[in-house]
This record gives sequence, structure tokens and C-alpha cells, in this order.
Amino acid sequence: MKLDFTPEETAFRDEVRSFLKDALPDDLRRKMINRDHLTKEDTVRWQRILNARGWAVTHWPVEYGGQAWTPAQRYIFQEEMALAHAPEGSPFNVNMIGPVLCKFGTAAQQERFLAATANIDIWWCQGFSEPGAGSDLASLKTTAVRDGDHYVLNGQKIWTTQAQHADWMFGLFRTDSSGKKQQGITFLLLDMKTPGITVRPIETIDGEHDANEVFFDDVRVPVENIIGEEGRGWDVAKHLLGSERSGIARIGLSKERLSQLRALETRLAADGTLTGEEQRRLAHKLAEVEVELRALELTQLRVVAADAHGGGANAAASILKVKGTEMQQRMTELVTELAGPAGLAMPDHDHAPNDPDDGWVNAAAPFYFTMRKVSIFGGSNEVQKNIIAKTMLGL
Amino acid sequence: MDFDLNDEQKMLQETVTRFVAETYDFQKREHALKTPEGWSREAYAGLAEMGLLALPFAEEEGGFGGGGVEMMIVMEALGRGLMVEPYFATVVLAGGVLRHGASAEQRADIVPGIVAGEHILALAHSEAGLPRHTLMARATASSTDDGWTLDGRKIAVIHGQSADTFVVSAMTEAGLSLFLVDAAADGVTVEGKRGYDGVPVATVAFAGVNVAKEALIGSPGQGEDILSRVFEEATAALVAESVGAMVETFDVTVDYLKTRQQFGIAIGSFQALQHRAVEMLMQLELSRSMSILAALSLDIDADQRSRNISAAKAQIGKSGRIIGQEAVQMHGAIGITAEYKVGHAFKRLTAIDALLGDRDWHLARLVEKRGVYPVAA
Repeated sequence: MKLDFTPEETAFRDEVRSFLKDALPDDLRRKMINRDHLTKEDTVRWQRILNARGWAVTHWPVEYGGQAWTPAQRYIFQEEMALAHAPEGSPFNVNMIGPVLCKFGTAAQQERFLAATANIDIWWCQGFSEPGAGSDLASLKTTAVRDGDHYVLNGQKIWTTQAQHADWMFGLFRTDSSGKKQQGITFLLLDMKTPGITVRPIETIDGEHDANEVFFDDVRVPVENIIGEEGRGWDVAKHLLGSERSGIARIGLSKERLSQLRALETRLAADGTLTGEEQRRLAHKLAEVEVELRALELTQLRVVAADAHGGGANAAASILKVKGTEMQQRMTELVTELAGPAGLAMPDHDHAPNDPDDGWVNAAAPFYFTMRKVSIFGGSNEVQKNIIAKTMLGL
Repeated sequence: MDFDLNDEQKMLQETVTRFVAETYDFQKREHALKTPEGWSREAYAGLAEMGLLALPFAEEEGGFGGGGVEMMIVMEALGRGLMVEPYFATVVLAGGVLRHGASAEQRADIVPGIVAGEHILALAHSEAGLPRHTLMARATASSTDDGWTLDGRKIAVIHGQSADTFVVSAMTEAGLSLFLVDAAADGVTVEGKRGYDGVPVATVAFAGVNVAKEALIGSPGQGEDILSRVFEEATAALVAESVGAMVETFDVTVDYLKTRQQFGIAIGSFQALQHRAVEMLMQLELSRSMSILAALSLDIDADQRSRNISAAKAQIGKSGRIIGQEAVQMHGAIGITAEYKVGHAFKRLTAIDALLGDRDWHLARLVEKRGVYPVAA
């Protein structure tokens, strides 16, 4: 047993660190530090920089542009990205549809979509949830009815993140409702410019517009846009939701957040914002949070090490989603507490603060509010616990 | 980065785990608790036969030269069995003082007896009226022509009643110092008590106890350095023991959830209980990660070592409480009966938090050091 990285891994970390130092534009770094809202252009710009280096879609198979990295290298890369304040790129492109196309796509689909997906020449959105199908995703009702060489879509998706920017959607549609609800679901790709699609914004509690409702009114999708077989979309979705388990806890982000909290602790003590008693309370809270973060980080490393041996069921893996999201949320609570009444004013995207170091104050609460989503999406933490109870405890 | 045990370590784990499972079931433990000494000489002899009492000592002294990972393996196995024998008292605590402070002559004199399981030692350090985990003492050792005279009263001396020899901390003019004191020496009074966790404790009074010059461990005033090092190792050992107790508690509880029927169905089918069982599992895995960290930290630089070990002890203090309480709650009334194992595991987990600095003590040390992670320049 040992905790140290190998010399090769350390060299790799230095390589990543040095690349990020030079390649990440300052304005993006500043936005990330302040938890400012990233525009589509911000995300695209950064992903193209990464893509030019060959690092945009590292966990895809090598033949599709990925890197043959070890789990430890993936871990290091993700951590260095977070610590450098680098944006993550589009999860819909990188972590969802990309891997699905690699595994289930036809050669023609791969040829058509993969390179464009890696470079965000196509911006994808995900059409999964519906008003009546959240945690119980398989109960989705939006229909796709075969009509010649097209499917005709009718119904509604909801919580569709960044659909307003999307060029294409990947989604789950019901092609058969006669059997079990998991059967009769089909995975389709559709051009968002197809007639009959209406995107309606949903404002969220952080004051931003990321989420949307998407309505389908006789939307015609060519049959060639099916992924896998008709009626087997649930298998594709399960693969999608289960991929990239090692990154799910986002330990790097929490570590970056912690270093920010430590910097704020010093600064707010020095400028008189925090009383002595408040400083003591904060120091205790930070110690508590660091203990748990270290435990979570090591648990993640145990999973990384197990993955290097071929993975398989690992008791430690399942806790990462639940505890990792709880940790991310705890960090946002602490920053919001520090912002205090000064943090009441909403961020002004058009007028940056005079002192760039002050941006965190107004971003703190909106970020806290929006981060409540991380324990809800991708399978709520309660659903995760149901899964753990069933698969690992046999209950 | 490597979280696998090597072949020797795997063999050690297999051997000690099997020994505990096959020879130290709950009834055996209950029987041992009811004997006058409150623990099983037979079980302790078994540990000696397997060479486990030799584990941390240097090979040239008849030991195995085992490190933190080996100790973690053994302590976790003992924790699973809730073993009350004086392994921690004699091998980890007193043995640690010998390894880090004693002269070659002293070690040659004592270590063989420890390894054979014939010599029981106990550390007499804690005192009433002082901070609960401290390197201070009010007991004194005055220099005499041919040695030292010790006076003082020690509490919570683990396995004090069975000890043949005490390692006693006392103040000299040079500061805290450590002495070997024969339990049968004039002026030594031992008042044995039962610990709520089953492990015997004692209050030990030293009234004008004369010892020879050779009784001093290390040099006068070296006690703090020796004890602080020993306490770090012993804390890592307790963390591993608690993980063992957590594993046992968790397994017993999940088994109960599957078998206990109420309302015509296994109670494990209730989501309220399932989610709490999952929380127990998560606490267990976080604790296991920190036990590994502690075991791998024993030989790193002192500052980071104490951060890591405090983080580990703080984690298991919290996790042990959650797991112990949830296990009792989910068992219902049977969980608070003395004849059922889970309550005893709960009590041992409670005792482990109290020993060598509880969660708050270790969090306070982390506050003082400004956190777990190395402070960036």
C-alpha cells in the first residue's frame, strides 16, 4: 500500500498543470473563480482549446479521439482542471452522447457526429425527463410513431438544460406502450431546427435560464437517427447514466472550493468582516469539512485504483455520488454564509465589480441555490440509495 | 498509488481474521468478561502463538518489524471480534513506549516476555483534573541516590489490574518522564474496574514508590516526545480497530434487516431503514479510507502525520457514533440488551472515540494546524 503517485504520474500532473496555466484564458479563470455564469461561447471556446490539445474527450475510446489514460491519470487530469479553475466542457457532448455514439452508434453516425461533438460544432441537449417522468424515468410518455422512414414525435420534455443553445437533442421516446415500461423506449437523435419543436425557458432559483421545456408537435425524425434498436433505448440510457463513475464525486471542484474558502478565511479576518468568535467557528467548520473531504478523496482514489485492476463492483464507488454531491453543496453553504448581507444583491452580468476579487460575494448565494440540483439530477441521491440498498446490501 | 495488500499482508489478514472468527465468538467473549480478570488468557496465548504480539517489534528483538499497515490489519480483525484482551495496552501502548524510548537493555529484558504473551504491561498516564488527552502529568518522580521515588494517581489505566509492569508518566525537574514500575512494588495500589466496553480499566496509585535508575525510559524530560509519537501510532491502531467494529456492526445489522419480520414482511424492505443502512455503509467506507491514511502516515513528516491521524480519528468518531446508534435503533429493543452483540459494538465504538482524544479534540488540533491539507505556500 502507498498513497504516492508514481514518478510517471507526477510528471503527467506537471504536464497538465503547465498546459492549463498557459492555455486557460484569464477571463474564463476569473469567471470560474467567481462562479459567474458561463455563456455558450465561453464553454465552446474552452472546449476547442482542449480539443486542439487532444484533451477534450479523454475518456472516449482512443480510436474516437480519447486518450489511453490510466484511471490515475484521469483522476489527476480532472483534479488539475478543477484546481486550475478550468471549465468542464459540455457534459452532454463529452460525458453523455459521445460515449453513447462510441458504443452504440453506427459507423455512419460516428462519422457524422463524433468529431463535431468533441469540438462542440454540435451543441447537444438531453431529452430525458418529462413532467410525469423524473426519478421514475421509464414512465416517460412522449411518443415516437413510425411513419414510413420517419418517427413522428409528440409530447413534452422538461428540465432540458441549455436547449435554447442546442443544435441537436438526444432523447428517449416511447415507441411501444404495450409491455413493461422499460421496454418500448427508443433512443433518438434529432435536429433542434426540425419543424414542430418549441423551446420554452424555465427560470431557476439562481435567477438564470439554463432549464427549458421542449414541446414536440408532429416532429418528424428520420429513422436513420435511431441509436441501437427500436425499443432498446433503456439499455442505452442505463449505459449513459452509468459511465464515468470515477469523476462523479467532483472531488477536484470541492478541493478548489476549499482553497477558496481558506483564502476568504484569511481575507475576511484581516479586513474585519469576521469577528474573533466567527473566525473560531469558521475554522472549526472548515476543519470538519476538510476531514470529510479527505475521506471522500481517498475513497475516490480507492475506486480509481480498483478501476485500474478492471474495476467491478466496489463498495466505495457507490458512495461517491451521494457524498460527493453533499460535499459540493456544503461548500456552497459555507461561502454563502461568508457573503452575508453583502451577498443579497444579485450578480450583474453586464457590470463586473471594480475589484475582480469581489465577484464571489454576489455569486455565492445563486451558486448555493443552483447547486441544490446536484443531489437531484443524474438519479437523485434517494434513488442512488435505493440502488445501493438493493444491489449492495441485498435489501 | 496502491491500495492492495502484498502477499504477506494478505496472509496475515487471512490468518488473524480466521483466528478471531473461529476462536473468539460472542459467547467466548461473554465468558471471558465474566472471569475475575475479565479477559481470556487462552485467547491472548493464541495471539502470541500466531506471533501477533511480536508484530511491531524489531526483528533483532524477536519481533516481526511490522509497520502501520500490518498493525491496521491486526487491529481491524481484533475490532471485528470486539476482543478485550490486552493487545492494545501491552503491545501498542506500552510496547510503543519501549520501541520509541527504551534502551536496548530494557527492550531485551521486556520484549521477549511481551512476545510470549507472559508479560502484561499497562500505560499509567491519564490523571483526574487534567485535560482528557494531554502530555501533562501531576505525578512526580523525585531523584534519589539510587533511583527515583514516584508519587501520583493515575486513572483509566487500560488493563491496569492485570499488569505485571506499569509504564508510568511523572514529572521530573527536566519535565515529563517515563518509568517502568513493577506492579508488585511497595506503594503501588491498583483498583480494578470494568470498562463499559468490556475492557478492564484501573485506577492506580503510586505512593512513595522507589524504583532503580534503570527504571527510567530514555532520558529525563523525554516523556513528551516519546508519548506523542506513541499516541499517534496508537491512535492509528484505534482507528483500525473501530473500522473492524463498524464492519461487524454493519454486517450484523444488515443481516437483521433481512431476517426480522414485522407487519408480515422483512423490515429491510422499508425504505426508511434501507437509506439509513446505506448511510452506515457510506460512513464505514469513509472510515476505512481514513484508516488506510493513518496507517500509511506513521513514517511521514511529523506535521503532516499528526494532521492525517487527527483527521482519521475525527472521522471515525463521527462515523462510529452514527453506525453504533443506527445499529441499535434498527435492531429495536434487542439492540439495547446485554446478551446481543450489537450493543457491545456500540459501546466499544463509544469508548474508542473517548480514548486518545475524541472527535472534538482532534478537530481542535486540526484547527490549530489550519486543516488537514498541507498549507500552500
